Amino acid sequence: MSTLFTTIQLLVFPGLLYAFMAGFFMEWVQRKINARLQGRIGPPFYQPFFDFVKLLGKKPIERPPLQGFIMTALPAVSVVATLGAVAILPVLSADIGFPGDVILLVSLIEIGPLLAVLGGFASRSLWGGLGATREAVMTAAYNLPFLTALIALAWNSDLSISLLATTAPWHVRLLAMAAILLCLPAKLHLNPFSISSAEQEIYAGMTTEYDGPRLALWELAHALEWVALTGLFALLSVPLVGAADIWRVLVFIGVSLAVVVLLSVVAASTARLKLAQTARWFWLWGLLLAASALGLSLAGI
Amino acid sequence: MSIFKSLMNTARRKSPWVFHANAGSCNGCDIEFLTCLTPRYDAEQLGIHHEGSPRHADIIVVSGPVTRTTCEALETVYGQVPDPKVVVALGSCPATCNVFAGSPTIVGPLDRVLPVDVYVPGCPPRPDAIIAGLAEAAAILAGDKPRPIHGAADRASSASDGQEA
Ligand code: SF4
Repeated sequence: MSTLFTTIQLLVFPGLLYAFMAGFFMEWVQRKINARLQGRIGPPFYQPFFDFVKLLGKKPIERPPLQGFIMTALPAVSVVATLGAVAILPVLSADIGFPGDVILLVSLIEIGPLLAVLGGFASRSLWGGLGATREAVMTAAYNLPFLTALIALAWNSDLSISLLATTAPWHVRLLAMAAILLCLPAKLHLNPFSISSAEQEIYAGMTTEYDGPRLALWELAHALEWVALTGLFALLSVPLVGAADIWRVLVFIGVSLAVVVLLSVVAASTARLKLAQTARWFWLWGLLLAASALGLSLAGI
Repeated sequence: MSIFKSLMNTARRKSPWVFHANAGSCNGCDIEFLTCLTPRYDAEQLGIHHEGSPRHADIIVVSGPVTRTTCEALETVYGQVPDPKVVVALGSCPATCNVFAGSPTIVGPLDRVLPVDVYVPGCPPRPDAIIAGLAEAAAILAGDKPRPIHGAADRASSASDGQEA
Protein backbone atom coordinates (compact mmCIF):
# COMPACT_ATOMS: atom_id res chain seq x y z
CA MET A 1 0.00 0.00 0.00
CA SER A 2 1.59 3.24 -1.11
CA THR A 3 1.81 6.35 1.02
CA LEU A 4 -0.34 8.25 -1.47
CA PHE A 5 -3.11 5.68 -1.19
CA THR A 6 -3.01 5.78 2.60
CA THR A 7 -3.14 9.56 2.55
CA ILE A 8 -6.16 9.52 0.26
CA GLN A 9 -7.76 6.96 2.49
CA LEU A 10 -7.21 9.09 5.58
CA LEU A 11 -8.15 12.44 4.08
CA VAL A 12 -10.78 11.68 1.43
CA PHE A 13 -12.45 8.29 1.62
CA PRO A 14 -13.44 6.87 4.03
CA GLY A 15 -11.53 9.40 6.17
CA LEU A 16 -11.91 13.08 6.83
CA LEU A 17 -13.91 14.41 3.87
CA TYR A 18 -16.35 11.55 3.53
CA ALA A 19 -16.74 11.15 7.29
CA PHE A 20 -17.70 14.80 7.80
CA MET A 21 -20.10 14.91 4.88
CA ALA A 22 -21.70 11.57 5.67
CA GLY A 23 -21.90 12.40 9.37
CA PHE A 24 -23.84 15.60 8.81
CA PHE A 25 -25.97 13.93 6.15
CA MET A 26 -26.85 11.00 8.42
CA GLU A 27 -27.82 13.36 11.25
CA TRP A 28 -30.06 15.19 8.82
CA VAL A 29 -31.64 11.94 7.57
CA GLN A 30 -32.41 10.98 11.15
CA ARG A 31 -33.99 14.34 11.99
CA LYS A 32 -35.88 14.48 8.71
CA ILE A 33 -37.34 10.98 9.09
CA ASN A 34 -38.28 11.78 12.66
CA ALA A 35 -40.08 14.91 11.48
CA ARG A 36 -41.83 13.21 8.55
CA LEU A 37 -43.11 10.41 10.76
CA GLN A 38 -44.50 13.03 13.13
CA GLY A 39 -46.27 14.74 10.23
CA ARG A 40 -43.85 17.66 10.12
CA ILE A 41 -41.73 18.90 7.24
CA GLY A 42 -38.50 18.91 9.16
CA PRO A 43 -35.17 20.70 8.81
CA PRO A 44 -33.48 21.44 5.47
CA PHE A 45 -30.53 19.21 4.57
CA TYR A 46 -27.86 21.77 5.51
CA GLN A 47 -29.20 22.04 9.08
CA PRO A 48 -26.61 19.92 10.97
CA PHE A 49 -23.78 21.70 9.15
CA PHE A 50 -25.07 25.17 10.00
CA ASP A 51 -25.74 24.09 13.59
CA PHE A 52 -22.11 23.03 13.80
CA VAL A 53 -20.76 26.26 12.26
CA LYS A 54 -22.96 28.40 14.47
CA LEU A 55 -21.80 26.61 17.62
CA LEU A 56 -18.17 27.10 16.59
CA GLY A 57 -18.78 30.84 16.37
CA LYS A 58 -20.14 31.26 19.88
CA LYS A 59 -18.05 32.73 22.66
CA PRO A 60 -17.62 30.09 25.36
CA ILE A 61 -18.44 30.99 28.95
CA GLU A 62 -15.34 31.61 31.02
CA ARG A 63 -14.37 28.75 33.28
CA PRO A 64 -11.45 27.96 35.55
CA PRO A 65 -8.51 27.24 33.18
CA LEU A 66 -8.09 23.57 34.04
CA GLN A 67 -11.78 22.80 33.77
CA GLY A 68 -12.01 24.73 30.51
CA PHE A 69 -9.07 22.75 29.14
CA ILE A 70 -10.52 19.39 30.17
CA MET A 71 -13.92 20.27 28.77
CA THR A 72 -12.33 21.16 25.42
CA ALA A 73 -9.84 18.30 25.33
CA LEU A 74 -12.35 15.51 26.01
CA PRO A 75 -14.65 16.21 23.03
CA ALA A 76 -11.64 16.97 20.81
CA VAL A 77 -10.04 13.60 21.56
CA SER A 78 -13.42 11.97 21.03
CA VAL A 79 -13.64 13.52 17.54
CA VAL A 80 -10.12 12.39 16.65
CA ALA A 81 -10.66 8.84 17.92
CA THR A 82 -13.94 8.39 16.08
CA LEU A 83 -12.46 9.89 12.93
CA GLY A 84 -9.66 7.36 13.22
CA ALA A 85 -12.23 4.57 13.49
CA VAL A 86 -13.87 5.71 10.25
CA ALA A 87 -10.54 6.09 8.47
CA ILE A 88 -9.38 2.53 9.10
CA LEU A 89 -12.54 0.93 7.74
CA PRO A 90 -11.20 -1.23 4.88
CA VAL A 91 -13.64 -0.20 2.14
CA LEU A 92 -11.39 -0.07 -0.90
CA SER A 93 -10.13 -3.33 -2.37
CA ALA A 94 -6.47 -2.29 -2.26
CA ASP A 95 -6.78 -2.07 1.50
CA ILE A 96 -7.22 -5.44 3.13
CA GLY A 97 -6.54 -3.99 6.55
CA PHE A 98 -4.04 -5.61 8.86
CA PRO A 99 -4.33 -8.45 11.39
CA GLY A 100 -5.89 -7.06 14.54
CA ASP A 101 -7.48 -4.01 12.99
CA VAL A 102 -10.83 -4.99 14.43
CA ILE A 103 -9.37 -4.60 17.93
CA LEU A 104 -8.07 -1.14 17.05
CA LEU A 105 -11.42 -0.23 15.52
CA VAL A 106 -13.45 -1.35 18.52
CA SER A 107 -11.18 0.46 20.95
CA LEU A 108 -11.38 3.66 18.89
CA ILE A 109 -15.17 3.40 18.78
CA GLU A 110 -15.31 2.77 22.52
CA ILE A 111 -13.20 5.84 23.33
CA GLY A 112 -16.16 8.07 22.44
CA PRO A 113 -18.59 6.84 25.13
CA LEU A 114 -15.77 6.61 27.68
CA LEU A 115 -14.82 10.25 27.15
CA ALA A 116 -18.48 11.22 27.20
CA VAL A 117 -18.80 9.69 30.67
CA LEU A 118 -15.69 11.57 31.82
CA GLY A 119 -16.99 14.72 30.15
CA GLY A 120 -20.28 14.51 31.97
CA PHE A 121 -18.55 14.31 35.32
CA ALA A 122 -15.95 16.93 34.38
CA SER A 123 -18.66 19.49 33.72
CA ARG A 124 -19.55 19.29 37.44
CA SER A 125 -23.21 19.66 36.72
CA LEU A 126 -25.85 17.51 38.36
CA TRP A 127 -27.44 16.73 35.00
CA GLY A 128 -24.08 16.05 33.41
CA GLY A 129 -23.23 13.59 36.17
CA LEU A 130 -26.61 11.93 35.88
CA GLY A 131 -26.21 11.52 32.13
CA ALA A 132 -22.69 10.17 32.62
CA THR A 133 -23.82 7.59 35.17
CA ARG A 134 -26.52 6.42 32.82
CA GLU A 135 -24.09 6.25 29.93
CA ALA A 136 -21.69 4.17 32.02
CA VAL A 137 -24.41 1.64 32.88
CA MET A 138 -25.53 1.60 29.25
CA THR A 139 -21.98 0.90 28.08
CA ALA A 140 -21.85 -2.13 30.34
CA ALA A 141 -25.25 -3.25 29.07
CA TYR A 142 -24.77 -3.03 25.30
CA ASN A 143 -21.09 -3.87 25.07
CA LEU A 144 -21.58 -7.38 26.40
CA PRO A 145 -23.61 -8.60 23.39
CA PHE A 146 -21.70 -6.30 20.99
CA LEU A 147 -18.29 -7.66 21.89
CA THR A 148 -19.54 -11.25 22.18
CA ALA A 149 -20.93 -11.01 18.66
CA LEU A 150 -17.64 -9.65 17.34
CA ILE A 151 -15.72 -12.45 19.07
CA ALA A 152 -18.08 -14.99 17.52
CA LEU A 153 -17.30 -13.57 14.08
CA ALA A 154 -13.59 -13.37 14.75
CA TRP A 155 -13.16 -16.84 16.26
CA ASN A 156 -11.87 -18.55 13.14
CA SER A 157 -10.30 -15.60 11.39
CA ASP A 158 -7.35 -13.34 11.63
CA LEU A 159 -9.01 -10.59 13.66
CA SER A 160 -9.06 -8.38 10.61
CA ILE A 161 -12.29 -6.76 9.50
CA SER A 162 -12.14 -7.87 5.87
CA LEU A 163 -11.66 -11.52 6.88
CA LEU A 164 -14.14 -11.34 9.73
CA ALA A 165 -16.99 -10.83 7.34
CA THR A 166 -16.17 -13.77 5.09
CA THR A 167 -14.74 -16.61 7.15
CA ALA A 168 -17.58 -17.23 9.58
CA PRO A 169 -20.40 -19.51 8.33
CA TRP A 170 -23.61 -17.75 7.35
CA HIS A 171 -25.73 -18.76 10.37
CA VAL A 172 -23.09 -17.46 12.78
CA ARG A 173 -22.95 -14.24 10.80
CA LEU A 174 -26.72 -13.86 10.79
CA LEU A 175 -26.98 -14.21 14.56
CA ALA A 176 -23.96 -12.01 15.23
CA MET A 177 -25.12 -9.27 12.86
CA ALA A 178 -28.55 -9.29 14.48
CA ALA A 179 -26.93 -8.81 17.88
CA ILE A 180 -24.76 -5.98 16.55
CA LEU A 181 -27.75 -4.29 14.93
CA LEU A 182 -29.58 -4.50 18.24
CA CYS A 183 -26.76 -2.60 19.94
CA LEU A 184 -26.51 0.22 17.38
CA PRO A 185 -29.43 2.37 18.66
CA ALA A 186 -27.99 2.25 22.18
CA LYS A 187 -24.54 3.19 20.93
CA LEU A 188 -26.03 6.12 19.00
CA HIS A 189 -28.28 7.26 21.89
CA LEU A 190 -31.43 6.75 19.87
CA ASN A 191 -34.88 5.83 21.07
CA PRO A 192 -35.79 3.47 22.71
CA PHE A 193 -32.33 3.62 24.32
CA SER A 194 -31.87 7.40 24.43
CA ILE A 195 -31.45 7.15 28.17
CA SER A 196 -28.13 8.88 28.71
CA SER A 197 -28.98 11.94 26.64
CA ALA A 198 -32.66 11.92 27.63
CA GLU A 199 -33.82 15.36 26.53
CA GLN A 200 -36.56 17.01 28.58
CA GLU A 201 -35.89 14.48 31.31
CA ILE A 202 -32.37 15.38 32.40
CA TYR A 203 -32.02 18.48 30.14
CA ALA A 204 -29.24 17.53 27.78
CA GLY A 205 -27.57 14.83 29.88
CA MET A 206 -23.79 14.76 29.60
CA THR A 207 -23.59 17.84 27.40
CA THR A 208 -25.76 20.09 29.60
CA GLU A 209 -22.87 22.33 30.62
CA TYR A 210 -21.07 22.37 27.28
CA ASP A 211 -21.39 25.54 25.26
CA GLY A 212 -20.33 26.89 21.89
CA PRO A 213 -17.28 25.19 20.31
CA ARG A 214 -17.13 22.52 23.01
CA LEU A 215 -20.67 21.45 22.25
CA ALA A 216 -19.87 21.62 18.53
CA LEU A 217 -17.11 19.07 19.07
CA TRP A 218 -19.46 16.70 20.88
CA GLU A 219 -22.00 17.06 18.08
CA LEU A 220 -19.31 16.34 15.53
CA ALA A 221 -18.12 13.30 17.47
CA HIS A 222 -21.69 12.02 17.52
CA ALA A 223 -22.08 12.55 13.77
CA LEU A 224 -18.86 10.62 13.19
CA GLU A 225 -20.07 7.81 15.44
CA TRP A 226 -22.95 7.40 13.02
CA VAL A 227 -20.54 6.95 10.13
CA ALA A 228 -18.22 4.59 12.01
CA LEU A 229 -20.91 2.28 13.40
CA THR A 230 -23.11 2.07 10.30
CA GLY A 231 -19.95 1.65 8.22
CA LEU A 232 -18.75 -1.22 10.40
CA PHE A 233 -22.15 -2.84 10.06
CA ALA A 234 -22.10 -2.37 6.28
CA LEU A 235 -18.66 -3.96 5.95
CA LEU A 236 -19.51 -6.93 8.13
CA SER A 237 -22.96 -7.65 6.73
CA VAL A 238 -22.29 -7.31 2.99
CA PRO A 239 -18.72 -8.41 2.28
CA LEU A 240 -17.83 -7.98 -1.39
CA VAL A 241 -15.00 -10.28 -2.32
CA GLY A 242 -13.27 -9.39 -5.55
CA ALA A 243 -15.72 -6.64 -6.53
CA ALA A 244 -14.59 -3.46 -8.25
CA ASP A 245 -13.90 -0.45 -6.05
CA ILE A 246 -16.83 1.53 -7.37
CA TRP A 247 -19.23 -1.21 -6.26
CA ARG A 248 -17.58 -1.56 -2.90
CA VAL A 249 -17.96 2.16 -2.29
CA LEU A 250 -21.55 2.29 -3.50
CA VAL A 251 -22.62 -0.74 -1.50
CA PHE A 252 -20.81 0.59 1.58
CA ILE A 253 -22.62 3.93 1.36
CA GLY A 254 -25.94 2.32 0.43
CA VAL A 255 -25.97 -0.17 3.30
CA SER A 256 -24.83 2.55 5.75
CA LEU A 257 -27.72 4.77 4.72
CA ALA A 258 -30.18 1.88 4.85
CA VAL A 259 -29.12 1.23 8.45
CA VAL A 260 -29.55 4.93 9.22
CA VAL A 261 -33.08 4.86 7.82
CA LEU A 262 -33.94 1.71 9.76
CA LEU A 263 -32.59 3.09 13.03
CA SER A 264 -34.38 6.41 12.50
CA VAL A 265 -37.71 4.74 11.84
CA VAL A 266 -37.34 2.61 14.95
CA ALA A 267 -36.31 5.67 16.95
CA ALA A 268 -39.29 7.72 15.75
CA SER A 269 -41.79 4.98 16.52
CA THR A 270 -40.67 3.99 20.01
CA ALA A 271 -40.58 5.63 23.41
CA ARG A 272 -37.71 5.71 25.87
CA LEU A 273 -37.18 2.67 28.08
CA LYS A 274 -35.95 2.76 31.64
CA LEU A 275 -32.35 2.00 32.50
CA ALA A 276 -33.13 -1.35 34.16
CA GLN A 277 -35.31 -2.40 31.22
CA THR A 278 -32.51 -1.60 28.82
CA ALA A 279 -29.96 -3.59 30.77
CA ARG A 280 -32.33 -6.54 30.92
CA TRP A 281 -33.04 -6.25 27.20
CA PHE A 282 -29.38 -6.40 26.24
CA TRP A 283 -28.32 -9.00 28.76
CA LEU A 284 -31.21 -11.25 27.78
CA TRP A 285 -32.08 -10.86 24.10
CA GLY A 286 -28.86 -9.30 22.92
CA LEU A 287 -26.72 -11.79 24.74
CA LEU A 288 -28.94 -14.69 23.66
CA LEU A 289 -28.27 -13.88 20.00
CA ALA A 290 -24.60 -13.15 20.52
CA ALA A 291 -23.93 -16.14 22.78
CA SER A 292 -25.63 -18.56 20.40
CA ALA A 293 -23.49 -17.17 17.60
CA LEU A 294 -20.41 -17.66 19.75
CA GLY A 295 -21.53 -21.16 20.71
CA LEU A 296 -22.02 -22.13 17.09
CA SER A 297 -18.65 -20.83 16.03
CA LEU A 298 -16.90 -22.47 19.01
CA ALA A 299 -18.52 -25.77 18.15
CA GLY A 300 -17.46 -25.23 14.57
CA ILE A 301 -20.91 -25.93 13.20
CA MET B 1 -12.21 36.61 5.98
CA SER B 2 -15.47 37.87 4.54
CA ILE B 3 -16.35 34.35 3.33
CA PHE B 4 -16.04 33.06 6.88
CA LYS B 5 -18.01 36.00 8.16
CA SER B 6 -20.86 35.48 5.74
CA LEU B 7 -20.85 31.71 6.40
CA MET B 8 -21.07 32.41 10.11
CA ASN B 9 -23.91 34.90 9.60
CA THR B 10 -25.82 32.42 7.44
CA ALA B 11 -25.32 29.74 10.07
CA ARG B 12 -26.60 32.08 12.78
CA ARG B 13 -29.63 32.96 10.68
CA LYS B 14 -30.42 29.33 9.93
CA SER B 15 -29.86 27.78 13.31
CA PRO B 16 -31.43 29.75 16.17
CA TRP B 17 -31.71 27.55 19.26
CA VAL B 18 -34.18 28.66 21.85
CA PHE B 19 -34.25 28.45 25.61
CA HIS B 20 -37.61 29.22 27.15
CA ALA B 21 -37.78 30.79 30.61
CA ASN B 22 -41.06 31.16 32.44
CA ALA B 23 -41.00 34.27 34.62
CA GLY B 24 -44.35 33.88 36.29
CA SER B 25 -46.50 33.52 33.21
CA CYS B 26 -50.07 32.24 33.38
CA ASN B 27 -48.99 29.36 31.09
CA GLY B 28 -51.01 30.70 28.17
CA CYS B 29 -47.91 31.92 26.39
CA ASP B 30 -45.98 28.74 27.18
CA ILE B 31 -48.65 26.59 25.58
CA GLU B 32 -48.65 28.79 22.49
CA PHE B 33 -44.88 28.59 22.36
CA LEU B 34 -44.94 24.79 22.37
CA THR B 35 -47.51 24.93 19.59
CA CYS B 36 -44.76 26.35 17.35
CA LEU B 37 -42.99 22.99 17.52
CA THR B 38 -46.03 20.92 16.58
CA PRO B 39 -46.73 19.59 13.06
CA ARG B 40 -49.00 22.48 12.11
CA TYR B 41 -46.36 25.19 12.63
CA ASP B 42 -43.15 23.11 12.65
CA ALA B 43 -40.57 25.73 13.56
CA GLU B 44 -37.78 23.22 12.89
CA GLN B 45 -38.08 24.14 9.21
CA LEU B 46 -36.34 27.40 10.12
CA GLY B 47 -33.77 25.50 12.15
CA ILE B 48 -35.40 26.56 15.40
CA HIS B 49 -34.54 24.05 18.07
CA HIS B 50 -35.94 24.03 21.60
CA GLU B 51 -33.05 23.42 23.99
CA GLY B 52 -33.25 22.21 27.57
CA SER B 53 -29.99 23.84 28.62
CA PRO B 54 -29.35 27.61 28.40
CA ARG B 55 -25.71 26.81 27.56
CA HIS B 56 -26.82 25.58 24.14
CA ALA B 57 -29.16 28.45 23.31
CA ASP B 58 -28.91 31.55 21.14
CA ILE B 59 -32.28 33.04 21.97
CA ILE B 60 -33.84 33.40 25.41
CA VAL B 61 -37.60 33.53 25.23
CA VAL B 62 -39.15 34.94 28.39
CA SER B 63 -42.84 34.76 29.14
CA GLY B 64 -44.55 36.24 32.18
CA PRO B 65 -44.39 39.57 33.99
CA VAL B 66 -41.15 38.79 35.91
CA THR B 67 -42.05 38.09 39.51
CA ARG B 68 -39.74 38.74 42.42
CA THR B 69 -38.80 35.08 42.76
CA THR B 70 -37.91 34.61 39.09
CA CYS B 71 -35.96 37.87 38.68
CA GLU B 72 -32.67 36.51 39.97
CA ALA B 73 -33.07 33.24 38.11
CA LEU B 74 -33.57 35.17 34.87
CA GLU B 75 -30.32 37.05 35.40
CA THR B 76 -28.51 33.78 36.08
CA VAL B 77 -29.93 32.17 32.95
CA TYR B 78 -29.01 35.24 30.91
CA GLY B 79 -25.43 34.90 32.09
CA GLN B 80 -25.39 31.20 31.22
CA VAL B 81 -26.19 31.75 27.56
CA PRO B 82 -23.00 32.24 25.53
CA ASP B 83 -22.68 35.32 23.28
CA PRO B 84 -24.07 36.30 20.81
CA LYS B 85 -27.55 36.10 22.29
CA VAL B 86 -30.92 37.74 21.85
CA VAL B 87 -33.76 38.16 24.32
CA VAL B 88 -37.33 37.78 23.09
CA ALA B 89 -40.23 38.97 25.25
CA LEU B 90 -43.10 36.59 24.64
CA GLY B 91 -46.58 38.01 25.16
CA SER B 92 -47.89 41.20 26.71
CA CYS B 93 -46.75 40.30 30.21
CA PRO B 94 -43.00 40.84 29.81
CA ALA B 95 -43.69 43.94 27.71
CA THR B 96 -46.07 45.76 30.05
CA CYS B 97 -46.89 43.46 32.99
CA ASN B 98 -50.36 43.20 31.41
CA VAL B 99 -53.06 42.34 33.95
CA PHE B 100 -50.48 41.90 36.69
CA ALA B 101 -49.35 45.54 36.57
CA GLY B 102 -49.21 47.18 39.98
CA SER B 103 -48.89 43.95 41.90
CA PRO B 104 -46.36 44.17 44.75
CA THR B 105 -44.84 40.83 43.76
CA ILE B 106 -43.93 41.97 40.25
CA VAL B 107 -40.52 43.37 39.32
CA GLY B 108 -41.22 43.63 35.58
CA PRO B 109 -41.64 44.60 32.87
CA LEU B 110 -38.79 42.51 31.52
CA ASP B 111 -36.70 45.39 30.20
CA ARG B 112 -35.92 46.37 33.78
CA VAL B 113 -34.06 43.08 34.21
CA LEU B 114 -32.72 42.04 30.79
CA PRO B 115 -32.04 43.96 27.56
CA VAL B 116 -35.03 42.95 25.43
CA ASP B 117 -34.38 42.83 21.67
CA VAL B 118 -37.67 41.60 20.24
CA TYR B 119 -41.21 42.02 21.55
CA VAL B 120 -43.95 39.61 20.49
CA PRO B 121 -47.16 41.24 21.72
CA GLY B 122 -50.41 39.39 22.35
CA CYS B 123 -52.15 37.70 25.24
CA PRO B 124 -51.18 35.09 24.26
CA PRO B 125 -49.59 35.77 20.84
CA ARG B 126 -50.46 33.47 17.97
CA PRO B 127 -47.82 30.85 17.06
CA ASP B 128 -47.32 32.59 13.68
CA ALA B 129 -46.41 35.76 15.53
CA ILE B 130 -44.03 33.87 17.81
CA ILE B 131 -42.27 32.29 14.84
CA ALA B 132 -42.04 35.69 13.17
CA GLY B 133 -40.50 37.04 16.38
CA LEU B 134 -37.97 34.20 16.50
CA ALA B 135 -37.10 34.80 12.84
CA GLU B 136 -36.54 38.46 13.67
CA ALA B 137 -34.31 37.41 16.57
CA ALA B 138 -32.33 35.19 14.18
CA ALA B 139 -31.96 38.16 11.82
CA ILE B 140 -30.51 40.19 14.69
CA LEU B 141 -28.08 37.33 15.46
CA ALA B 142 -26.99 37.24 11.83
CA GLY B 143 -26.52 41.00 11.72
CA ASP B 144 -29.25 41.52 9.11
CA LYS B 145 -31.11 43.78 11.48
CA PRO B 146 -29.62 46.24 13.95
CA ARG B 147 -29.93 45.37 17.60
CA PRO B 148 -32.08 47.86 19.51
CA ILE B 149 -30.03 50.22 21.65
CA HIS B 150 -30.10 49.46 25.35
CA GLY B 151 -28.86 52.45 27.33
CA ALA B 152 -26.56 51.56 30.23
CA ALA B 153 -28.03 54.35 32.36
CA ASP B 154 -31.48 53.10 31.55
CA ARG B 155 -30.62 49.66 32.90
CA ALA B 156 -28.83 50.94 35.99
CA SER B 157 -31.77 53.07 37.07
CA SER B 158 -34.25 50.33 36.33
CA ALA B 159 -32.26 47.86 38.42
CA SER B 160 -32.75 50.10 41.47
CA ASP B 161 -36.43 50.40 40.59
CA GLY B 162 -36.56 46.65 40.62
CA GLN B 163 -35.30 46.52 44.19
CA GLU B 164 -37.86 49.00 45.39
CA ALA B 165 -40.72 47.14 43.79
S1 SF4 C 1 -49.40 37.56 28.03
FE1 SF4 C 1 -51.41 36.75 28.57
S2 SF4 C 1 -51.27 34.58 28.07
FE2 SF4 C 1 -49.20 35.36 28.17
S3 SF4 C 1 -48.51 34.94 30.24
FE3 SF4 C 1 -49.36 37.02 30.22
S4 SF4 C 1 -51.49 36.82 30.82
FE4 SF4 C 1 -50.75 34.77 30.23
